[in-house]
This record gives sequence, structure tokens and C-alpha cells, in this order.
Amino acid sequence: MIHLNNIHKSYTTGQSTLPVLKGVSLSIQEGEFVSIMGSSGSGKSTLLNIIGMLDDYDQGEYKLDDILIKNLTEKKAASYRNKFLGFVFQSFNLINYKTALENVALPLYYQKVSRRKRMDQAMEYLEKVGLGPWAEHLPSEMSGGQKQRVAIARAIITQPKVLLADEPTGALDSATSHDVMDVFKQINGEGMTIVVVTHENDIAEMTDRIIHFKDGVIENDRKVAVRV
Amino acid sequence: MELIQEIFATMSKNKLRTALTGLSVAWGIFMLVILLGSANGLLNGVTSEFRDDAINSIWVWTDVTSMPYKGMNAGRKIELTNQDYDLVASTYTNADKVTARFGLWNKPVTFKKEYGNYNVRGVHPEHVYLENTMMIQGRFINQTDILEDRKVAVIGNALISELCKNENPINQYVKIQGVNFKVVGIYKDDGNEREERYFYIPINAAQTIFGGADRVNQIAFTTGDLTLEQSQQLANQVVQDFARRKTFNPEDKRAINVRNVLENFQEVVNIIKGISIFTWFIGFMTIIAGIVGVSNIMFIVVKERTKEIGIRKAIGATPGSIIRMILIEAVFITSLFGYMGLLGGIFLLETVGNQIQSDFFANPHVDLRIALQTTAFLIFAGALAGYIPARKAAQIRPIEALRDE
Repeated sequence: MIHLNNIHKSYTTGQSTLPVLKGVSLSIQEGEFVSIMGSSGSGKSTLLNIIGMLDDYDQGEYKLDDILIKNLTEKKAASYRNKFLGFVFQSFNLINYKTALENVALPLYYQKVSRRKRMDQAMEYLEKVGLGPWAEHLPSEMSGGQKQRVAIARAIITQPKVLLADEPTGALDSATSHDVMDVFKQINGEGMTIVVVTHENDIAEMTDRIIHFKDGVIENDRKVAVRV
Repeated sequence: MELIQEIFATMSKNKLRTALTGLSVAWGIFMLVILLGSANGLLNGVTSEFRDDAINSIWVWTDVTSMPYKGMNAGRKIELTNQDYDLVASTYTNADKVTARFGLWNKPVTFKKEYGNYNVRGVHPEHVYLENTMMIQGRFINQTDILEDRKVAVIGNALISELCKNENPINQYVKIQGVNFKVVGIYKDDGNEREERYFYIPINAAQTIFGGADRVNQIAFTTGDLTLEQSQQLANQVVQDFARRKTFNPEDKRAINVRNVLENFQEVVNIIKGISIFTWFIGFMTIIAGIVGVSNIMFIVVKERTKEIGIRKAIGATPGSIIRMILIEAVFITSLFGYMGLLGGIFLLETVGNQIQSDFFANPHVDLRIALQTTAFLIFAGALAGYIPARKAAQIRPIEALRDE
């Protein structure tokens, strides 16, 4: 599903160039549930942004479902993101003046799905994450865990090939973190490929495969032996 | 349609922001309409002041000299006579319609059993053009009346109810200071009501019956298509000629008075033009302020919504769709509120404006086409004002917009 071959990426600030990724090669198969770990500055978020087409890379090759992702126009990137990818962020990033239902339905708006149809689907996905009764609530009226579940519903409503989550539990306490991870597991169980960036060990342990980053290279890549 | 729904949802959930943007636009258009309407009202009011007399007319009357001249003392009375009228009529080819006027003030007039004191003007047939007299019924004094010394009269419309008690006086007789005159016509005058309270009779009848000999009070003539400058030259020529014939100093402003209506009119028109340009200037500035207001607020909108735009882009919004969203919002706000300002301004002009009664202010209204064009211009400007921040918004990179603070 995801093939990275010798990816390099550096940021230029003024005169100095700071390399962040120094040749990362990685393959993630369809249906995998992967976590990427590493201390801050290790390049894990940059990698997620590259996979998510939110950022470009300098060297190497990135193929998503055998499509080469490189130097995309904004328009193309937007369309690929909409079709292939779902995002979940640490700070939820819901639109605060839209209800839970409207937030979930928004990606379908950009796929030009009719209002009626997208509202029906959004309701279906909200129910899937257990928030059916909260459909008409604004994000400000919900708890962190609920907001993150709305965000997950929004990320998967387009039935993307890959779900990308950047520190999805970073803003949550451990009980709600586990709830959110359970939702991820459930979705993964239905066949979706999921990549989670995290720095919490117990979160990473709930995935199937853990990739450790250090100083812009992969330090360790192991399968989690026993699923709890 | 979906886009409109989406934008409408955004706007209704950001009511204060929408209202503030709208207010600056509505205010701009409102002020413009009021300003243009007032300028028009002023123009209408002042031009109606000139409706009494023909705009291209020159009026000449004399008085006593105020300067000694060629051995003669000041204080000499200068009189106009029939010969002067003949001279004007025959020598000045540019003098189009010429009339002399001999006025009789406060003469007793009887119609059947009713009577009152009225002003009577002895005139030539051409007088009808000079005073902008309009016949409602019958005819004005004609050349045959003059040639045959007929005793006929034309009566002002205001007197029909007052003297004739609404009876039609045509072909009946009125007695002016004891002399019977046959009524041949009824006139009206747009100038003011006072102008409709005269009797017009042939000038020679007035002179002979009321002891005027060959004296006339005024000579007036229209100047055809002469330009302002040409008419001024003609007026000057008249002064020079009369001064020579009657031996007074042509510089003596009291001996002879010449009123060039075109000159007065031109002065007023120039003042109004000035006011009008000023009005446009202010109006334009108001619009600019409105545009600046819109673009300013659109910039804030984009800044405020950076994160939202980032989210939208991350879930698949194309740059084009972001531009469209911001742009249509700007256009929608400007057109909606611009229209409201337009309606408000027109409403105020039609209600309050029409209540204002003044000689110099009448019927203020704004040319709807101009008002709509201005609104269209503002909408266009609003779109432009929205486009710049919209482009900026579209270029926001989602990772930057989504960076956690």
C-alpha cells in the first residue's frame, strides 16, 4: 500500500540546512496497523506529513497504491488526499461552528455528494463511533474523546486507503486514549490501513507493528508479538 | 447551489462578522444615494426657479441716471418708448422674439358681479415666449389685436376661481378700470402662483386707454441659439446703443438695467456642477471606504479562518474551492447589504426628501441606473477585495495552518 524508497527531506532556514529525513525506506501493506515512534525532532511527524501529501520530499520515491506521489499540484494533492487519505490530528481540528454531523459530512462535500446523501452517510459513521445521539452538538459541547471520535468518523467517511493519525491520543487521558485506540482497532479489523504517530509506548503496543525513528532514520522496525 | 448553502451556513454562524462587513457596505451605498439624491434635489429646485422666464432672454429697463454726462446732471429720468422697441426689433437680427411691456398696477377689474384689484400687463404677442406662458384655453394676444387696436384680454389661471368663481370667462367681458375687454384666453405659468395673477392685454390698448402715450416699462427679447458669450455681447451692444440714443453714460448702471437670464442661469448651473462634482467625489470616497472596509474584514476573515482553511484543505478542498468560498462570501455580503443600503437611501429620499419644501430644493431622487451601476461597481470591488485575501488563503499550506500552538 505504502512504499517509501530512500526518502530525504531537509528544511532550510536562512543559511543553514537541517536534514530531517536521511534516507527512509519503508513498506506498509494493506490492512496493517502501524505505529511510528520516536522522540520529538526524530522526523516521525515529517514522515507522516509526506505520506499525507501535506508536505513534499527532496529525494527518493513515494508510491501510494502504486501511484507515484511527487511534485503534485495543489489541486491534485487535494483530490488525492480527499480520495485516498483520512487524517486524525492531536488537536482534533474540527470546524467549531459546525455540528458533529456537519463536520463528519464535510469531506463528502468536496466529493460533490448531495447534501442529503452525505448527511445520511455522516450519521451512519457517527453511529459507528458511538456518537449517534451527539450529531447535532457543536464541538465545544463535547469531551476530548468524543471530539476525537468525530474526527475519526470524518477521516473514514470517504473510505480512504490509509488513515493517518498524528498523536491522536496526545490530548486525551489514558482511559479515553484506550477508547480511541479501540475505535482504531475496530476500523483496522474492517480492513483499513492505519498509521499512527505517537510517543506513548502503551499506545504503540496496541498496534501490530512499531517503527522507531531516531535522527531521521529508522532505528528499529518490529512486529508486536502478542495482541492484548 | 451546494456552495451557496455552505457559504450561507458559514455566514449565519458568524453573524457579527457578517453584520459588520455588511454595515460598511450598506452605509457606503446609503450615503451615496442620499448625496446624489440631494444634489439632484438642489438641481431641480434651482432650475425650477428659472422656469418662469425663457432662459435665453434679455430684459432691459431704465431708471434715473446716477452720473452726470455730457453736461447733463445726474438724476435725469430715462424713458423707454415704442421707438426703442422698434429699434430693437429691427436692428438686432439676433433678437429673436421681441416684446415691450407696459404695466398697470392694482387696477380695479370687474367680472359680472365680482371685482378685485389686479395687475395688468400690456404686451406684444411675442411676450408669450419670454414668460414661458402656456395657454390652457383660447389664445394669447396676436398681431391682429395690435393692428386693429382690439380690446381683448388673457386671464391668469389663478384668477378663474378667484374672480370668475370657476365660470369659464372665454368670450365674456371683464371691465378693467371701466373699459370692457373681451377674454380670449386662459394661461398658466410654471414659475409660481404670483405669475398666474395677471391680465395680459395688447400693449397699444394699454398705452392709449391708461394714458401711457408711447412709454414702455421694459423691453425684452430672446436670443435664439446664441452662446453665453454672444448674448453678453448683444446685451452690451444694447447698452451702448441706448446710451448713445438717450445720451447717458454707458457705464451708468442705474440709468439702464440689463438682465441676461442666460448669464444668471449659467452661473447657477456652474455652481450646481461644482456641487455635483463635489458630491460625486464624496460619494466615491465613501465607496472607497466601503471597499477598504470589505477588504479589511476579508483579510481578518482569512486570518481568523486559517486553521479552518487548513482543515478543509487536509480533507480535500482544492485551492480553487477555497478561493470560490471566500470570494462568493464577499460578493454575497456586498450585494446583499449594498442592495439594502440602496433601498434604504431611496426610501429616505422618497419619504423625508419629498417632504422638504424649499425654493432651492425640490423632488430629490436618484437615477436608478446610476445607483444600480454604483452597487454593481461596489460588488465588483468587493469581489476584488475578497480575491486578494482568498488567494492568500488558498496558498496556505495545510501543515502550517494545522500546526498545534
